[in-house]
Amino acid sequence: MSIGKWMRAAALSGALIVSSLVSASTPGGVAPGFTLPSRAGDNVSLEQLKGKVVMLNFWASWCGPCRTEMPLLEQMHKRYSSLGFTLVGVNVEANTADAERWLKDTPVSFPVLFDRESKVSKLYDVNAMPSTVFIDRKGNIRYLHRGYKPGDESEYLNQIRALIKE
Amino acid sequence: MIKGFAAKVVFSMLLIWSLSACGNIEPWVKPYERQQLADPIMSPNLHPISASYMDHVWEAREGARGALGGGGGGCGCN
Amino acid sequence: MSLVRNKARFFCSMVAGSVVALPLVSSAGVLPDDRADALYHRYEGGGVTIQGPSVLVRKKMAEKYAVSANYYQDMITSASIDVEVSGASEYKEQRDQYQLGFEYLRGKTTYNLSYTNSEENDYKAQTASFGLSQDLFGDLTTISMGFSRGSDKVRNSTDPSFERDIDRWSYRVGVSQILTKSFIATMNLEVITDEGFLNNPYRSYRYIDPNDTRRFILAQEIYPRTRTSNAVAVNGRYFLPYRAAVYGGYRFFTDTWDIRADTFELGYIHPIKQQWTLEARVRYYQQDNAEFYEDLFGRVDQQNFMARDKELSTFNSIAFRIGASYEFAQTGWRFVKKGSVNLFYDRIEFKYDDFRDARVSQLLPTDPNYRPAGSEPLYEFGANVIQAFVSIWF
Repeated sequence: MSIGKWMRAAALSGALIVSSLVSASTPGGVAPGFTLPSRAGDNVSLEQLKGKVVMLNFWASWCGPCRTEMPLLEQMHKRYSSLGFTLVGVNVEANTADAERWLKDTPVSFPVLFDRESKVSKLYDVNAMPSTVFIDRKGNIRYLHRGYKPGDESEYLNQIRALIKE
Repeated sequence: MIKGFAAKVVFSMLLIWSLSACGNIEPWVKPYERQQLADPIMSPNLHPISASYMDHVWEAREGARGALGGGGGGCGCN
Repeated sequence: MSLVRNKARFFCSMVAGSVVALPLVSSAGVLPDDRADALYHRYEGGGVTIQGPSVLVRKKMAEKYAVSANYYQDMITSASIDVEVSGASEYKEQRDQYQLGFEYLRGKTTYNLSYTNSEENDYKAQTASFGLSQDLFGDLTTISMGFSRGSDKVRNSTDPSFERDIDRWSYRVGVSQILTKSFIATMNLEVITDEGFLNNPYRSYRYIDPNDTRRFILAQEIYPRTRTSNAVAVNGRYFLPYRAAVYGGYRFFTDTWDIRADTFELGYIHPIKQQWTLEARVRYYQQDNAEFYEDLFGRVDQQNFMARDKELSTFNSIAFRIGASYEFAQTGWRFVKKGSVNLFYDRIEFKYDDFRDARVSQLLPTDPNYRPAGSEPLYEFGANVIQAFVSIWF
């Protein structure tokens, strides 16, 4: 039937579109510097954290996988912060009220910075939510994670341990 | 014929989308700009149990049927 | 020979067959949250009251698989105009419907599969659906496709030997596109084909009584054995800066029975503070009659196909809705992440342009309201629809 034919054509076109769009950006190079206000009230800049392994996590309170990931990130921060590691949360919301309300219910001990104008998101070319960037002690970008699926945290732990050892 | 009309609509839609696949389109709404779209009031299907009931009410009393579906939008995560 | 049935059913059992699956929502790399909903629904209008529960549960596993189940019931009490015109008495009926669905998310693609079964004592419908949706262009575009196959069995409670089939195929394509930070638009197309016994075995058309042209005689409807319909709909939703949403849509419908219909919808959602959400919506629908529809035929067997189902007539309807939702447990309570209590009220006014109130020509000629067949006033009625439901997310 002609309907069957164009349905197959549609499926084929769909597959072609998908395959032509896969693009990967590879990490590498110096992590761009920035300064952002933090939840605690002071300004935090990436420069201050040189010498530590930094796990930069871009998140928003409206993003389901981001919220699921947070308690795990908190555990990682607690576990490794004495070994020269720190998690830095970058909240990308223009209006931070929702994020602050959520953090009251789900508190975290690592610094949370507010990128209200999306300056740092643009700087790091954030193209997925959440996005996690691993920066080594020398200030270079080493690993990049787009999105969060249950199970990703084991890979995070491996990468943290690898970078801490350096 | 009606069938031809439907086929033409779908085909042209797919043609447009497949043409835009040539060359990488930069999303003009960045993932970190989706706060409003992720708001529940922007969800196309906030109350599925109610939507499916109303679809049934209309279909029982009207001659028309179909094309009541949809989705997309949301937080665009992962 | 006129057919008098002492128990005529006019609730369109055909509806059971065109059971609408739970709207298949495409996801953007994320499966929808776990939830459970319980609804009480009530439709009252035109002599018909239909009420009942609907329960829906959905659960996901490992952010990859999701299962959903829905139980829906209609309890029908009908003394509609068709029942009264046929001389039958009010009847009661019940319809039970079960639906089971599965979803599988892989990368940016969601696959879904569902099965629906609906039963009443003289109608059984089964539908199986498969679909997929795909996110593209940085998750700004979602393309979805679906296919359904249905199979119905039509029975007649006054004739146990009567059994007919209907086969149904449905193809859907949809595109959802984010246009700006605040604006999303969708376009959907659906083609449905039915084959088999497509009319209601209890319904009649009417023709002028050759012995008394002021009166009419009923005869069983005869419908074509196939019907193919096309519908295309566009919808948009816009976020207003002070936190509200406005949405609207248009659907165009045609089919091989020559029915042409337009549907317009406009709605507004307004949250108040943190916990309340109000909604208002208006929907306008108009259709042209099916080619073989007539309110009053000139003589028996005037055409190959004859129908007097007001659903196939020329008519319009306008519906107004107001709704309120209250969110509770917003910071969580045991296993509940949040919940809402909702109440929606719709008022629908139906106005027929070529379907007449045939009861009027059945009155005594001395009655001041009496009109001869063909000159009765055009029929119109209003209906109230209430939905009260609770949703919990866990």
